[in-house]
Amino acid sequence: MASLRNKVRPFIAARSAGLAGYIVLGACLSYGQAANSCLDCHSALPDPMGVTQEKFSQDIHAQKGLTCTSCHGGDASNYDPDQAMSRKAGWKGKIDRRQIPQLCGSCHSNPAYMRQYNPSLRTDQLDQYHTSMHGKRLAAGDTKVAVCTDCHSVHDLRAPSDPRSTVNPVNVANTCSRCHSDAVYMKPYSIPTDQFAKYNTSVHHDALAVRGDLSAPTCTTCHGNHGAAPPGVDKVQNVCANCHTFQAQLYEKSSHYKAFQAASLPGCVVCHGNHGIQHPTDAMLGTGSGGVCMTCHAPDSKCDRERAEILSNLTQLDGAIKDADQSLHLAESSGMEVSEARLGQDQARDSLTKARVTIHTFQTALVNQDVQAGMKIAAANLQAGKGAMVERNHRRIGLGICLIAIAIILVGLWLYIRKIES
Amino acid sequence: MCADQTPQPETSRRRAIGIFLGGGILATFASFLYPVLRYFVPPAVVDLGGDEVIASKTGEMKPNSGKIFRFGSRPGLLILESDGTYRALSATCTHLACTVQYRSDLREIWCACHNGIYDLNGRNVSGPPPRPLDMFDVHLRGDEIVVSRKREA
Amino acid sequence: MFAPLIRWLDERLDLDGLIAPFKHKTVPTHRLSYWYFFGGITLFLFIIQVLTGILLLLYYRPGANEAYESVQYIMTRVQFGWLIRSIHAWAANLMIFTAFVHMFSVLFLKAYRKPRELTWVSGVILLYLVMGFGFSGYLLPWNTLAFFATKVGTEMAGQVPLIGRAMMIFLRGGPEVTGATLTRFFGFHVAVLPGLVTVLIAIHLFLVQRQGISVPPKLEVQWTANPSQKREMKFFPNFMLREMMAWYVAMGVLGALAAIFPWNLGVKADPFVSAPAGIKPEWYFLFMFQTLKLIPSKVWLVDGEVLGILGCSLAGLLWLLLPFFESDQPARTKAWITGLSIFALVYVVGMSVYGFLAQ
Repeated sequence: MASLRNKVRPFIAARSAGLAGYIVLGACLSYGQAANSCLDCHSALPDPMGVTQEKFSQDIHAQKGLTCTSCHGGDASNYDPDQAMSRKAGWKGKIDRRQIPQLCGSCHSNPAYMRQYNPSLRTDQLDQYHTSMHGKRLAAGDTKVAVCTDCHSVHDLRAPSDPRSTVNPVNVANTCSRCHSDAVYMKPYSIPTDQFAKYNTSVHHDALAVRGDLSAPTCTTCHGNHGAAPPGVDKVQNVCANCHTFQAQLYEKSSHYKAFQAASLPGCVVCHGNHGIQHPTDAMLGTGSGGVCMTCHAPDSKCDRERAEILSNLTQLDGAIKDADQSLHLAESSGMEVSEARLGQDQARDSLTKARVTIHTFQTALVNQDVQAGMKIAAANLQAGKGAMVERNHRRIGLGICLIAIAIILVGLWLYIRKIES
Repeated sequence: MCADQTPQPETSRRRAIGIFLGGGILATFASFLYPVLRYFVPPAVVDLGGDEVIASKTGEMKPNSGKIFRFGSRPGLLILESDGTYRALSATCTHLACTVQYRSDLREIWCACHNGIYDLNGRNVSGPPPRPLDMFDVHLRGDEIVVSRKREA
Repeated sequence: MFAPLIRWLDERLDLDGLIAPFKHKTVPTHRLSYWYFFGGITLFLFIIQVLTGILLLLYYRPGANEAYESVQYIMTRVQFGWLIRSIHAWAANLMIFTAFVHMFSVLFLKAYRKPRELTWVSGVILLYLVMGFGFSGYLLPWNTLAFFATKVGTEMAGQVPLIGRAMMIFLRGGPEVTGATLTRFFGFHVAVLPGLVTVLIAIHLFLVQRQGISVPPKLEVQWTANPSQKREMKFFPNFMLREMMAWYVAMGVLGALAAIFPWNLGVKADPFVSAPAGIKPEWYFLFMFQTLKLIPSKVWLVDGEVLGILGCSLAGLLWLLLPFFESDQPARTKAWITGLSIFALVYVVGMSVYGFLAQ
């Protein structure tokens, strides 16, 4: 990646240098025709006002042929600043934050216009934005909320598929956190600011950032992007079900579904949490620190006893798989070939995973079915490992017998040699 | 001359050498030959099957249904479409290696773990899977449905 | 019981005449005599290889899709299949080891001197062929390590100027290591090399038989000056019985290695996965591999790798011709050859250890 970037950089530099040369040449040859006078000054200005050719050439709009005047108005062919930036020439100056969504929407909400560039791109972003928390507050006059450019960046706005884009899946959480993790900035809204910190410890962040699985969820996957808002307490399982279909199906048929609905509890989130969601462990069923059941259920109730039974069954299967693993490892480290049982271990682990998914039915009997299936496979694998060790011992006994035979003949030969040489 | 003087120890020594030599030769040959003879006996399981496997028999599957079979060290998915054509693919999801299944209602291949969907050509259509499933070749041999790895072009 | 049969054969073959040369054959006895055993042990291990190799052929199937599975089948399903394969693999390594020991003992005892130049030449060619056996046989289980070792090894052959690429394509059966390579290596391993090696062993043994066994130059000078000091034992049965003891010991070592450390199978080769980190060839190629690694990528204007390969080839060729640089007189053996031998031994051992320890 780095080497690719290093290759791209001089290329871009060369291209922009060539472009700059072309502009100067063009300015000399045909003064006042198709040149861009904006960049001449603004590339030299300090940061808030500064836009260089190099930066703007990265922008998808520039690449599609749009220029400064497409958004800011004015006359880019005029080298007299007063005339180029005159209201008469349609110059808008710095776009007011409140106007930004409308300005972007003037093209992006126009299907006929967008079709020229990307017919499959959606054109409902502005409508969605109006439904979002950001959009509603902006309409109410709050200019602190995010507008298009806050997330998408400006003047170097890249397509979301570009890994350097601020809205590429791997960068989204970072982009949102610029405001949402700033406690001072968020103070008036009285919502938590620890979502980003929590998300960074979550299994979803792990999948996205560490494993590089671009399908793993980031902020926008659950909250929406242009229509960003919390999914709503009673609809959480619908959001999770997009990926965790099976669990959601089982959950919706379970007793918890109705109870949670009645108590307006946020479905999946009740046990699994939201931003800091961890890889679930069997400890969630326990009574210790990771346990979740006992926050609602009374000790020694019927449910508590069922919980204990499910937990003990899962622990048993987990233990059986580990025992079998150990036995197979021992056999392998003494050179026995047990790859077949190793494959069987995958099946046992599948059963364990299945049993853990079945927990979402909250029916002990169903979970036990999966556990028993797994126990059977794990027991067979354990047996295979033990059998391999028995076989190993047989080999050593055989070797011993063979070595004794060899020792006998060596003695015989030695005696014979001594005899014929005496 | 020596033998005349002490006949007794000499013969017993010769006998001892004979026992050691003869017994040793017999024992070592037995211990070398035994494994070799056992090696000649063909095992009951004829094949571990690397290249192809009998996935099913004709008439065993209902139209518009799928079946998981074992292909070498991994599961495979055999699908009988409504029009009677067979398809076989790797059943290991390319996302997190769960086992996929055929959904007769969707006529698609579905992974229950994270709702990944593949079409019947194994292409990843929606959901997390990053790559298509491997397709296998299917042909009929008598009433056996034989699945084999696609040959490298 | 066998007397009539032996008489019947004797009448037709003249058994006494047949074994007469062996009866008169003697082996010099001195304090370095035990080095004479290693040639015989190497021969014994070669016989083991032929026998176990034939046994493996009963179940092995060449082909990229089947080779690994068939070896796995031998290791898990066939009774004592693990033993046969483990002995084959261990004996291969031991054979190369004893062949090296035999070579260096001949070198230090200066047994290659006139008139035994051809014995040396045939022996060195045998060593190269045996290493070819190792290289081709290593690929046959079609596991990841073997796949990449073959890829690297044939790549090196491809570096030779002019003929390199053609050689690499000949070895690989195409521009890449594929199932076609496996088919070729199988052919080399079970047909081409065994034929060549058998013929060369016959020549080698015929030469040894014809010329008798060499004595170190110092002793030779002493013994010719004072024939009464000469000590010898009969080849048959005295030396032969001792050699048999050595063979039985080798058999025991082999059995113990195979039973306690069965040769493992690895993971099936997948051309599309990236090479595992730090792949190394088998230990007997390590000293060459490490040498090539140490040569800088550019030496003057020549590519380092090409230089290394040409250097190794030249060294291999000169090694073959070593006896022709030696003096005819036992009293005037050349000191520089002894020096070179010591250097070669230290270099091979040192580089192998370095290669083994290096990342």
